[in-house]
Amino acid sequence: MTQRQSRLKEFENRTLFLLGDEAAAYGALYAGCDFFAGYPITPASEIAEVMSRELPRVDGYYVQMEDELASLSAVIGAVWAGGKAMTATSGPGFSLMQENIGYAVMTETPCVIIDVQRSGPSTGQATKPAQGDVLQARWGTHGDHEIIALAPSSVQECFELTVASFNLAEQYRTPVILLMDGEIGHLRESVTFPTFDEVAREERRLAEPDTDLFGGEPIPPMSLFGEGRFIHVTGSTHKASGMRDVQTQAVHEELVTRLCQKIADARAEIASVEQDLVDGARIGVLTYGATARPARGAVLEARRMGCAVDFLRLITIWPFPEEAVKRLAERVETILVPEMNLGQIAREVERFTSLPILPLPKIGGVAHTVDEILEAILSSSSELGSAVG
Amino acid sequence: MKDDVIIPGPEKRLKPHRLLKFLRQEILPTTFCPGCGCGTVLNGFAQAVDELGIDPKDMVFVTGIGCSSWIPSPYFKGDTLHTTHGRPIAFATGVKIMRPDLKVVVIAGDGDIAGIGGNHLIHAARRNIDMTVLMVNNWNYGMTGGQVSPTTPFGVPTTTTPYDNVEHPLEAAELVAAAGANYVSRWTTYHVFPLMESIQKALQVDGFSFIEILSQCPVSYGKMVDMRKASDFLKFYRDQSVRVHKAKAMSAEELEGKIVVGKLMERERTEFTASLRRINERFRKG
Ligand SMILES: Cc1ncc(C[n+]2csc(CCOP(=O)(O)OP(=O)(O)O)c2C)c(N)n1
Ligand code: SF4
Ligand SMILES: [Mg+2]
Repeated sequence: MTQRQSRLKEFENRTLFLLGDEAAAYGALYAGCDFFAGYPITPASEIAEVMSRELPRVDGYYVQMEDELASLSAVIGAVWAGGKAMTATSGPGFSLMQENIGYAVMTETPCVIIDVQRSGPSTGQATKPAQGDVLQARWGTHGDHEIIALAPSSVQECFELTVASFNLAEQYRTPVILLMDGEIGHLRESVTFPTFDEVAREERRLAEPDTDLFGGEPIPPMSLFGEGRFIHVTGSTHKASGMRDVQTQAVHEELVTRLCQKIADARAEIASVEQDLVDGARIGVLTYGATARPARGAVLEARRMGCAVDFLRLITIWPFPEEAVKRLAERVETILVPEMNLGQIAREVERFTSLPILPLPKIGGVAHTVDEILEAILSSSSELGSAVG
Repeated sequence: MKDDVIIPGPEKRLKPHRLLKFLRQEILPTTFCPGCGCGTVLNGFAQAVDELGIDPKDMVFVTGIGCSSWIPSPYFKGDTLHTTHGRPIAFATGVKIMRPDLKVVVIAGDGDIAGIGGNHLIHAARRNIDMTVLMVNNWNYGMTGGQVSPTTPFGVPTTTTPYDNVEHPLEAAELVAAAGANYVSRWTTYHVFPLMESIQKALQVDGFSFIEILSQCPVSYGKMVDMRKASDFLKFYRDQSVRVHKAKAMSAEELEGKIVVGKLMERERTEFTASLRRINERFRKG
């Protein structure tokens, strides 16, 4: 039994009362994470604290870097040296990481970045939750690219989606962003740990000698430093061999198109949602992350009052679960989108339907209440002229 | 490996240079401008690796963005991580922690290492993480066409200091020595032999080793100060350099405008990754 297995054996089948941040850190340990570099920031610091305590116990390494630029840099370096690596931050640090997120995309470096979102812009309400980084996660780094981002709604899911993030990173050879929010990161709930073997772990696909590491197939295999292959890893435009070619139009087009398509083409496989649909629904509620909790409460309450409402929760934010959104749009007459920002995902939903979309934004560091969402459901319902019994 | 390498150009078949085996020959010639000091640094570095008998398989090169970063990436045939501007030391930190058995070498410019990446330099030196950093100081942002850098001398015109530089230059080597590195020196491309010896020394040191190498940029920098030939710089380096032990006896006024060369620091502080490993030892079952 490895040191990791024996340490994690102490947790198996146990139910603990943990913060979302702590659960995410344990998810990383189950996923095989052996390197963490980070910089303290509320509401993500507890992830670093757990990692600093646990990594040495599973023969992994924790380092607190001088800033978030350095944190993601060290993570990427560790991956090419054979590590499974992660960093965790919140809005201000996430902004600092954007250049290196693009580097990880361009060099196809599998790694995990947790962003426990807090209220911004800037230091905003530093200790208060928000969901204001969903579009930054999609478009924060410059240049054309696709990204994978997941959003947990419970502490249990912080654990599970961290594992999923590591697996998707390896499977698609790309950085994956776990878009937590301060509400979930600092929520304390029970989480049940699986056994080590119950957790599926995607292993890194390593290349045979003489195969290209940066092309030749949609998701090329990787190789690591120190094997005598003399790998050349660059964020500049490169050929399948890895060697830089920043002049040839076709080389850039082929590379960037492949990097986008390897994720866009796998949208159906990656995109995951939770849906709870009912017959006769004329209203749909589409939400994600912490907001899904009051939203679900409101949907259930509305149904109790006789108003049939569909519920769709995005687990994958990027690539956007277009198909599920289109299906919802075919069933209902209007879609409500509660989120803790001024309408970032509502705008994305509009791209896939001509139905009226009702954003239900809330900012200021306070989550929606069930009543607020319920009221919005009921007033849409009366506008649609349906009788609430 | 091809052994009769032809450098494009004259039809003459050259006997391959002894150190060519260290280079990615298929991409030669280099893109350095004629007279650029980067070639001297590459040569001196390859020489040091050869003399120490280090197998390039056991090395990883991490570079930033700039002309100097091209010295190993792509030219040196080894694992090369060509990173974002200013960040090579931070990337190298991750590499070294995961693979302490590999020799990690960072080569990049003054803008990259001391400017945008200055914070990483200070903290890597403070941690005393085992890596060798060669900062190629050409007194300007060469690649982007000759803008002022944190090491540009006071009073010098550059493309972005058209009325002369009014900022004082950073003494990077002294900074790194103060921050906690185990080995620090400064040399110039005029001092090839001591430079080569110093690179050998740096590669053998356990801990953070740093060499500031003054290196000519006769094109981007030279055009602004009318020093368009490599020899203009080499003569300047020769005439303005003062050895460390002599400098100790000189006043601040006497040292004004001088280049202090030699070893600035050698000590044996605990190395960072070894300390990390000792923590892990505590949890390893016997
Ligand atoms: C974040 C970022 N800012 C600016 C640049 C543009 N840039 C490329 S090279 C360079 C300066 C390089 O100067 P130095 O590190 O001294 O290397 P040299 O070319 O002089 O060897 C700059 C500013 C960049 N690539 N990335
Ligand atoms: S611009 Fe300067 S540093 Fe860059 S290659 Fe030319 S001479 Fe060398
Ligand atoms: Mg420079």
